[in-house]
Amino acid sequence: MIGFLVRRILGAALVVGGVVILVFMLIHFTPGDPVQVMLGESATPADQAALRHALGLDRPLPVQLVAYFDNLAHLRLGTSLYSQQPIATILARRIPATAELAGAAALVAVLLAFPLGVIAAVHKDTGWDYGSMGFALLGVSIPNFWMGPLLILCFSVWLGWFPVSGREGFASLVLPAVTLGTAMAAILSRMVRSSLLEVLGEDYVRTARAKGLSERRVILHHGLRNALLPVITMLGLQLGTLLGGAVITELVFSWPGVGQLLIDAIHRRDYPVVQACVLLISVTYVVVNMLTDFVYAWVDPRVRAAGRGA
Amino acid sequence: MPLLVLGLWAVLALLGPLLPLHPARIDLARILAGPSPHAWFGYDNLGRPLFDRLVMGARTSLLVAAAVVTLSGVLGAVIGAFSAWLGGLWDRVIVRIIDVFLAFPGILLAIALAGILGPGIGNVVVALCAVGWVGYARLVRAQVLSLRHRDYVSAAVALGAGQRRVVFRHLLPLTLAPLLVEATFGIAGVVIAEAGLSFLGLGVQPPAASWGSMIRDGTRYMLVAPHMVLVPGLALMAVVLAVNLLGDRLRDRMDVRSATARTGG
Repeated sequence: MIGFLVRRILGAALVVGGVVILVFMLIHFTPGDPVQVMLGESATPADQAALRHALGLDRPLPVQLVAYFDNLAHLRLGTSLYSQQPIATILARRIPATAELAGAAALVAVLLAFPLGVIAAVHKDTGWDYGSMGFALLGVSIPNFWMGPLLILCFSVWLGWFPVSGREGFASLVLPAVTLGTAMAAILSRMVRSSLLEVLGEDYVRTARAKGLSERRVILHHGLRNALLPVITMLGLQLGTLLGGAVITELVFSWPGVGQLLIDAIHRRDYPVVQACVLLISVTYVVVNMLTDFVYAWVDPRVRAAGRGA
Repeated sequence: MPLLVLGLWAVLALLGPLLPLHPARIDLARILAGPSPHAWFGYDNLGRPLFDRLVMGARTSLLVAAAVVTLSGVLGAVIGAFSAWLGGLWDRVIVRIIDVFLAFPGILLAIALAGILGPGIGNVVVALCAVGWVGYARLVRAQVLSLRHRDYVSAAVALGAGQRRVVFRHLLPLTLAPLLVEATFGIAGVVIAEAGLSFLGLGVQPPAASWGSMIRDGTRYMLVAPHMVLVPGLALMAVVLAVNLLGDRLRDRMDVRSATARTGG
C-alpha cells in the first residue's frame, strides 16, 4: 500500500510540475507584448520597463521558469496589478466561498444521483428508468449559465424563496449549488445505474437472493456496495469538472469565489492573478483525483495489489 | 427527432446568410418587445429581432463546433496513434503531456487561454482545440495499443510498410468508430463551451451573435423580457440534447459489448 501511495504521489507531483510550466507559459501566449497588453497603450516606456522587470520578463525564459518555480515553492504568488495586494491574500479570502459552493454542489449531486440511479437500475426498462435517465440526459444538456438564470427567475424573482445573488447565509447557497450540482448528478446517476445493473447480474447477487434475503437488502448491501467503486472514480473526476464549472456559476450568482476572481482578472488583464487562479484550481483537481485513488485503493484491495505489481 | 433538430440547426446556420434576415437592424420602437405573430421570438434590448440573431448564433456555434471537433479530432488521433505505435520514450512523454492537459478541469484552461489570447471567434477555436485534442489522443492511443500486435499489422510491417503507412492506412481507420462516437459527444461539449465563453464575454464580439452572448444580454433584462433568456437557452439545450441523444444511439450501435449484451450474448 505504501509503494502505491508513493508512486501515486510522485505521479501527481510530475503532473503538477507540468501544470506549473503550462500556466507559466500562459502569459507568453499573449498576442504582442504582454506588458503592453497589461498596462494598456497609455503607459510610458518607464512604466513598461518597471513592470517587465518586476515580473521578470526581461530575463531569459529558462531563468524566468526557474524563478517561477522558486517563488511558488515559497508560496510567493506575486502582486495583483489591479489592487496591488498580494495574490495569496486575495486568494485566501476567496477560497472558502468556492470550497463551500463546490462542497454543496457535490452533496446535491450525490443526494440526487443515488436515488435516481438505483431506481432506474431496479426498475430497468420501465417508466421509472426512462424518467430517471431522461432527467439525467436533460441534466447534462442544460448549461449552467442558462440553468442559473432560470432558477433565479423562478425561485428568486417569482416565488421569492431565495436571494437573487451574493453569499449571505444558507439560503443564498441553495440555487448556486443546485445549478452546479445538476450536471454532476446527471452523470453520476447514469454511472450508478450502469454499475448497479452490472453487479445485479453477478452470481453472488443471485446467491443472496436464493438464500432468501429481502430485495432491499440484496440491492443495498450486496448490489450498491459493490457498484460503488466505479462511482467513486467518477465522483473524483467530476469534482474537478465541478471546479471548472464553478467559474461560470459564480459569475451567474455573483458568488465571491475564485472563479469570479478569475473572470474579473481576465477582463482587467491582471495576468498574474489569472495564472494564480488557474494554478490553484488545477492543483486542487490533481490533489482531489489523487485522494480519490487512495479512497479507491482503500475500498478495493485489488487496486493496491495491481499497484504493487506495476 | 434528434436528426430533425440537428438538421434544422445546420440548415439555418448554413442558409442563414441567404435568408432575408437583419440580425443587426435596430428598431427602437420594438425594444424588449415580446413574442408576437409578426416576430415569433420577440426583440432584444436594442430592438433587434431575436429570431434573426438566433440564426446568426446558430451559424457561430455550428462553425466553431465543426472547426474544433475536426481540428482537435485529427490532431488528437494522429498524436495518439503515433504515441502508441512508436512506444518507448515518445509514448511516455506524450502520455505525460496528456496527463498535464487533463489536470485542467473542464473548461478552465479554455477560459484562461481565450482570456489571454483576447476575444474573437478564431481565438475561441484555438482555445477549445488546445483543450479538445487530449480526449481524442487518449482514446486513439488506447485503441492503437490494442491493435498494434494484430497479425495484419505485423504482416504490413513484414511487407515493408513504413511507419506513416502503417499508422494512416492500417491503424487509424480501425479507430474511426469509437472516434466518431467521441466526436459526436465532442460537438455537444464544444457547443456548450463556445456559448459559455461567449457568455463570459470571451467569445464572439458584438454585433455578432452567439447563443451564449444572447443569454448573457438576456440575464440583464430577465425581469422585463424573459424571452431574451428563454429563446437562446432553449435553442442551445435542444441542440445539445439532440447531439447527446445521437451520441447515445451511435454508441449503442457501434459498441460491440453493449450490442451483444442487448442480444443476450
